[in-house]
Amino acid sequence: MAFINAHFPPFWRNLPRDLNHCVNYSFELIDIPMNLNLFYSKERNQYHSTLIMAQLIKHLPADGDKIIGITDADIYIPILTFLFGEAQLGGRVALVSTYRLKNQFYGLPADSNLLYERVLKEILHELGHTMGLIHCSDFECVMNSSTYVENIDLKFSRFCKSCQGILGIECEE
Amino acid sequence: MKTSKILIVDDELSVRTSLSEWFLEDGFRVETAESGEDALQKMHGGPYDLILLDIKMPGMDGITLQKRIKEIDSDVVIIIMTAYASVETAVEALKLGAFDYVTKPFDPDDLTRLVRNALKQKDLADENIQLKEKISELSGADEIIGESDGMKRVFELVDTVAETDSTVLIRGESGTGKELVARAIHSRSKRRYFPIVAVNCGAITETLLESELFGHEKGAFTGAQYRRKGKIELANGGTLFLDEVGDITAKMQVDLLRVIENKRFTRVGGNEEIQVDFRLICATNKNLEKLVEEEKFREDLYYRINVFSIFIPPLRERKSDIMPLTNYFVKKYARSMGKPEKKISPTAQEMLLGYSWPGNVRELENAVERAMVVGKKSEITEADLPLHLNGDGHASENLIKLDDLEKEHIKKILEEAGGNVTRAAALLGIDRVTLYNKIKKYGLKR
Ligand SMILES: [Zn+2]
Ligand SMILES: [Zn+2]
Repeated sequence: MAFINAHFPPFWRNLPRDLNHCVNYSFELIDIPMNLNLFYSKERNQYHSTLIMAQLIKHLPADGDKIIGITDADIYIPILTFLFGEAQLGGRVALVSTYRLKNQFYGLPADSNLLYERVLKEILHELGHTMGLIHCSDFECVMNSSTYVENIDLKFSRFCKSCQGILGIECEE
Repeated sequence: MKTSKILIVDDELSVRTSLSEWFLEDGFRVETAESGEDALQKMHGGPYDLILLDIKMPGMDGITLQKRIKEIDSDVVIIIMTAYASVETAVEALKLGAFDYVTKPFDPDDLTRLVRNALKQKDLADENIQLKEKISELSGADEIIGESDGMKRVFELVDTVAETDSTVLIRGESGTGKELVARAIHSRSKRRYFPIVAVNCGAITETLLESELFGHEKGAFTGAQYRRKGKIELANGGTLFLDEVGDITAKMQVDLLRVIENKRFTRVGGNEEIQVDFRLICATNKNLEKLVEEEKFREDLYYRINVFSIFIPPLRERKSDIMPLTNYFVKKYARSMGKPEKKISPTAQEMLLGYSWPGNVRELENAVERAMVVGKKSEITEADLPLHLNGDGHASENLIKLDDLEKEHIKKILEEAGGNVTRAAALLGIDRVTLYNKIKKYGLKR
């Protein structure tokens, strides 16, 4: 798990711990500096997600299986106005942006616990994609597609029984 | 279930790959074509349920391509992709039978909705996907525990009302589990495949509650850089649960009444009317009738929400639920803390049963959780319970308040009786000796 450039709150170091009820990877937390300007679009005032991911995978340690980056930059792909995150379906790399997960972006008071919950869910969601999961119609499943931040709040930070079945895992209570 | 098949036609590679990725993650089968000719070739490998078509491509243009595609398969749904500059052409495409158009770059939510609506037209709506049995464990919802007659009555009412689509008002002191009852109704109703969305109306300011319920458009107020979906919109198809409904302001009462009556609303700062379909469940610990009388709660709203009401008795009035609840919470926290389950010592049990539980089930749960954390032994003893009880089984804090009350009351009656102890005792319904003792205890003057 890679923190890109940003100085996230210290308690975010708990993210791996809070994921292990559903994911049995052992996480290594790394901080990576990245010159995001290379992926900046002046026209859109956003950063190209796919290009960041291409850079990110170069940081995957030799003994690592997958890498998921966390950035506070506003990310996009050319065809969409924004993304909460992107992943290689069944692949090794994923990216989550906190930019539009923050309450302040919607003109609401900051809520650090809510932000943490959202980040946690989006990480699990993108990791789910790297494990080959597609979107799930169960609105409480973390693999439910979220195109609105409020959708994320309706989900639980866990896979539903059917997604667990596809992965062949059982999330702990 | 049949997987829908999509063809993406665009000359730009990045558009083809990113849209493929997007639709693959959504569970579609996706194919791409880089030109009109390529697309027509691919049509033989169809049929496709949906074709996303770039209107401006070198070679065969989108309009011509659309006509040719319709000749091959008149049923296929076509969505036109366009840049701002070519909106006029897109409108022309609509006249020629395209389902709709989107302007690049797309808002992810608009795209999702558009595709869903397009497929709905083809009767391939994912509605039936949503209807797949949802496994109740997922919701992680706590069971409602109760063996008392009071709770049995609640369960009966839940079952009765769940089948209907009626508005429900749940009443009871705080901590009695009103939200659990709301969730139980929802999960037994035909709306269970859609969300139940809870809003606590008591905890936030009017402006925030307004945005929370109705959502807002970008720029509706300072700092709002993007529109926000309100809870009402999120509850579409499902249940909207408004907790502490007795606490909302006069303005919100009007707004709420309107949306209940019309099932339509607009986001804050917007003018698009959005239609919604939800079941309403409200809860309150307030005396709504009194609030209506005092004109603090609109009478018309009161009648709208109080169609079917369920009262959850306080824990102190259903002592037989205390031990089953305690055991349930012990199990729950043992599991989540990875500890063995604990027994309850007889004295601790007595203490639990004797306490008045002003914070109801929530207070009991907190007490058990704490005992599971601090307790060192294999059983929960009275020392692990954070309750300050005295021999009467009353919380000492409460006793002080009760004593104060008694003192005030006796003082008042004595005054009324002009200091005549016999008369005061008669008024109070106690004997003279008891009254003398109390006068002494409280240091009252006759
Ligand atoms: Zn996704
Ligand atoms: Zn799922």
